[in-house]
Amino acid sequence: MSGHIHSFESFGTVDGPGIRYVIFLQGCPLRCKYCHNPDTWGQGGTQYTAEEVVEKALRYKNYFGDKGGVTVTGGEPLVQIDFVIELFSLLKEKGIHTCVDTSGITFNEASAASVEKHEKLLALTDLFLLDIKHIDDSACKELTGQSNANTLAFARFLDAHKKPTWIRQVLVPGITDSDETLQKTRAFIDGLSCVERVEVLPYHTMGTVKYEKLGLKYPLEGLEPPTKERVLNAKRILCEGR
Amino acid sequence: MMQYKGWEGFVPGKWCNDEVDVRDFIQRNYTPYEGDATFLAPATEATKKLWEIVCDLSKKEREAGGVLNADTKIVSTLTSHGAGYLDKDLEKIVGVQTDEPFKRSLQPFGGIRISESALQIYGYELDDSVREIFSKYRKTHNEGVFDAYTPEMRAARSAHILTGLPDGYGRGRIVGDYRRVALYGVDYLIQRKEEDKLAMGGTMTPDKVRDREEVSEQIKALKALKEMAATYGCDISKPAETAQQAIQALYFGYLGAVKDQNGAAMSIGRNSTFLDIYIERDLKKGLITESEAQEFMDHFIMKLRIVKFMRTKEYNELFSGDPTWVTEVIGGMGVDGRSLVTKNSFRVLHTLDNLGPAPEPNLTVLWSKRLPIAFKRYCAEISIRTSSIQYESDDLMRPEMGDDYCIACCVSCMKVGKDMQFFGARANLAKCLLYAINGGKDELMKDKKTGKPMQVSPEFMPITSNDALDFNEVISKFDNMMTWLAELYVNTLNVIHYMHDKYCYESLEMALHDTKVRRFFATGIAGLSCAADSLSAIKYAKVYPVRNEDGIVVDFRIEGEFPKYGNNDDRADELAVWLLKTFMKKIKSHYTYRESVPTTSILTITSNVVYGKKTGNTPDGRRAGTPLAPGANPMHGRDSNGALASLESVAKLPYEYSRDGISNTFSIMPASLGKED
Repeated sequence: MSGHIHSFESFGTVDGPGIRYVIFLQGCPLRCKYCHNPDTWGQGGTQYTAEEVVEKALRYKNYFGDKGGVTVTGGEPLVQIDFVIELFSLLKEKGIHTCVDTSGITFNEASAASVEKHEKLLALTDLFLLDIKHIDDSACKELTGQSNANTLAFARFLDAHKKPTWIRQVLVPGITDSDETLQKTRAFIDGLSCVERVEVLPYHTMGTVKYEKLGLKYPLEGLEPPTKERVLNAKRILCEGR
Repeated sequence: MMQYKGWEGFVPGKWCNDEVDVRDFIQRNYTPYEGDATFLAPATEATKKLWEIVCDLSKKEREAGGVLNADTKIVSTLTSHGAGYLDKDLEKIVGVQTDEPFKRSLQPFGGIRISESALQIYGYELDDSVREIFSKYRKTHNEGVFDAYTPEMRAARSAHILTGLPDGYGRGRIVGDYRRVALYGVDYLIQRKEEDKLAMGGTMTPDKVRDREEVSEQIKALKALKEMAATYGCDISKPAETAQQAIQALYFGYLGAVKDQNGAAMSIGRNSTFLDIYIERDLKKGLITESEAQEFMDHFIMKLRIVKFMRTKEYNELFSGDPTWVTEVIGGMGVDGRSLVTKNSFRVLHTLDNLGPAPEPNLTVLWSKRLPIAFKRYCAEISIRTSSIQYESDDLMRPEMGDDYCIACCVSCMKVGKDMQFFGARANLAKCLLYAINGGKDELMKDKKTGKPMQVSPEFMPITSNDALDFNEVISKFDNMMTWLAELYVNTLNVIHYMHDKYCYESLEMALHDTKVRRFFATGIAGLSCAADSLSAIKYAKVYPVRNEDGIVVDFRIEGEFPKYGNNDDRADELAVWLLKTFMKKIKSHYTYRESVPTTSILTITSNVVYGKKTGNTPDGRRAGTPLAPGANPMHGRDSNGALASLESVAKLPYEYSRDGISNTFSIMPASLGKED
């Protein structure tokens, strides 16, 4: 089957361990106000079969070393979960380390079919990067347009399956950076034993150009990235003593 | 076997048995070092003071508009000037190009007009008698070349399809084996050259006569070198006896070369491990301390940093500044599997800490996977701190070049003292493609007499249809045009190098080579990625020609998408490979001056900007006048699959077709190499 792909990055160094081939999949149900890839929201992109993508990724196998591999991100890659499953099953045949960068938004714990599919995915995935948009549900809806229920459920699902997970928190001044929010997030993370690492990603404005190109209004117009102190503060609250 | 005091304590071998063989000396005597950098010594007080003097002079030079002082009357030769110093009492390694530091020498043998205009730019007036001598009585390289150029060569040159040709400036790129001065002493080298000359008997063909004359010139240069050293109170007739003497003698060899030649690149070779042998010997004997060893190296490197030439504005434009390309290669692996890293490899890099970062000398680490890990770490550390180290793949070059090669300029490898090269600038393949479309009429230049587009090549059949360009038709015309260009290019270089040998012969540098030397005929390619993308556009999209009133295709309308070189997409990358192979095969099919071995390079690091200025709109959508990509780089902004995809595209270019080197300018933000923690 083929997937809708936005783009490829052959030298990914920030989405998972080592040097990674990063595949940006098209489509996302969230509309995070700070999103720096608004061009991946909708349908479209270029269609590639899983085999074609594997062929591309394998060209960089020499660079992966002991730690690197392939990361799927987006957009929300699990919008195309069937494609990811097929892609990863081929990559695992070749012994490639696989990683999914997701918000968990597509996970529906009430649906047996969804659970089964995600179980299948877990079996083929070495590492999850789980992005908790906002620990507070109403704030999450305000920030992303969606509830955080699926995300938190997916975190517990990963935990139940003992799946290595890195939690990522985008630090947005005035939205996700209050001590209270961070402490609540920390408490949630501390309840999970599958979490190997917590990453704080400081909000940046590099995506604003894309909004202009797409003729969209940038929702956080004028918002400055967090100061170094705030980033350190967040790291202290989320990571210290882990 | 000869015996000298300077050789005491060294393991003998071929090198001291009537053979000049520096590599053999190194292999038998060097001490590989696997340790870390903790032994290194900081700058001494003398070093700091001297460096302050240099910084002060540099500041004054900048304030004076780029040149602090220039000779207008004394023509530079090895013996033209008395001694010059920064501070005689503090300098452990002495010698500057004229009688004072930062005074630029007058070197008119390449061309008197260039010397004159370089002086004028900075407000100096060439002495009348010098002008008279070099226009009436002594011919220059430049004059010789233009006497022999054909009208077609002149046209190709002024249309800039052949660019940067060394017809008005020193060709450079020749690296003397300056180590020989230290290891053997000048008298021994003279004696060997005398023997070589004696052996050149038999029928006096023009080639034989030239060879005999050249060796005589070499011997004279060696004698002059001794005289030059004597003005500094140094005797270099015998082998060096201490580390300080060895460094001094080696540097005198190099200094003689830069007094003699204002070459485009005046690289220095592969010296640090050689010198380590002398330093180790002195350290073991307790003659010097680590601090003194470092001081010698610091003072030596300081001298290399202040090598200066008088150059024109156009020259500086072409090379984006005033580079001297004093390339010194460091490290690498021996063919026997031992690493060639010594303590002195660390010392030479440590000068970047003791004296601060600098672009010259161009310190180049020959990288191998198998280099000692501590050295790799140290290189990385210094790179992060100073951004002043160049890296090249020893693993790629060693199989062909062995373990005693150096780099001339930025990427041209040659065996030290055994190979030389005829530097040949480059041919612009992007422009050649436009010529193929326009039947050899230039897309920008007008014929001065008729006001019509200038016909540069013979009149080939242009593309006359206004339909989308047909790939096969373009390729066939392009192939023909490259055939023409390759022949013209080689012949132009044949003229240039004949004249350079005749009127601006590098007698000292060649005296520090084997008499029977391997010569490379170094051609080069500019505009590779632009030409490859253009072909890709024609093949995979629809490219319609847009003509001006003269019928010349001056622009292109592109419909549809096409793969671009730099994305690890074979469809585009194969076109770049095809271009390189095709052009190189054509170059190889011609007679090259003095049985030289044809090579090519893809390495325009800076001049791509100037070449782009002279190239019209291209079928890939590049606008007229905008820069071509440097070296083998993808066109700016067209590599959209990240760094590795871009590098993989470049890596597909077969090195065996581009033996003079492939460069890829690559910069990366530290943050994109991963997270800080």
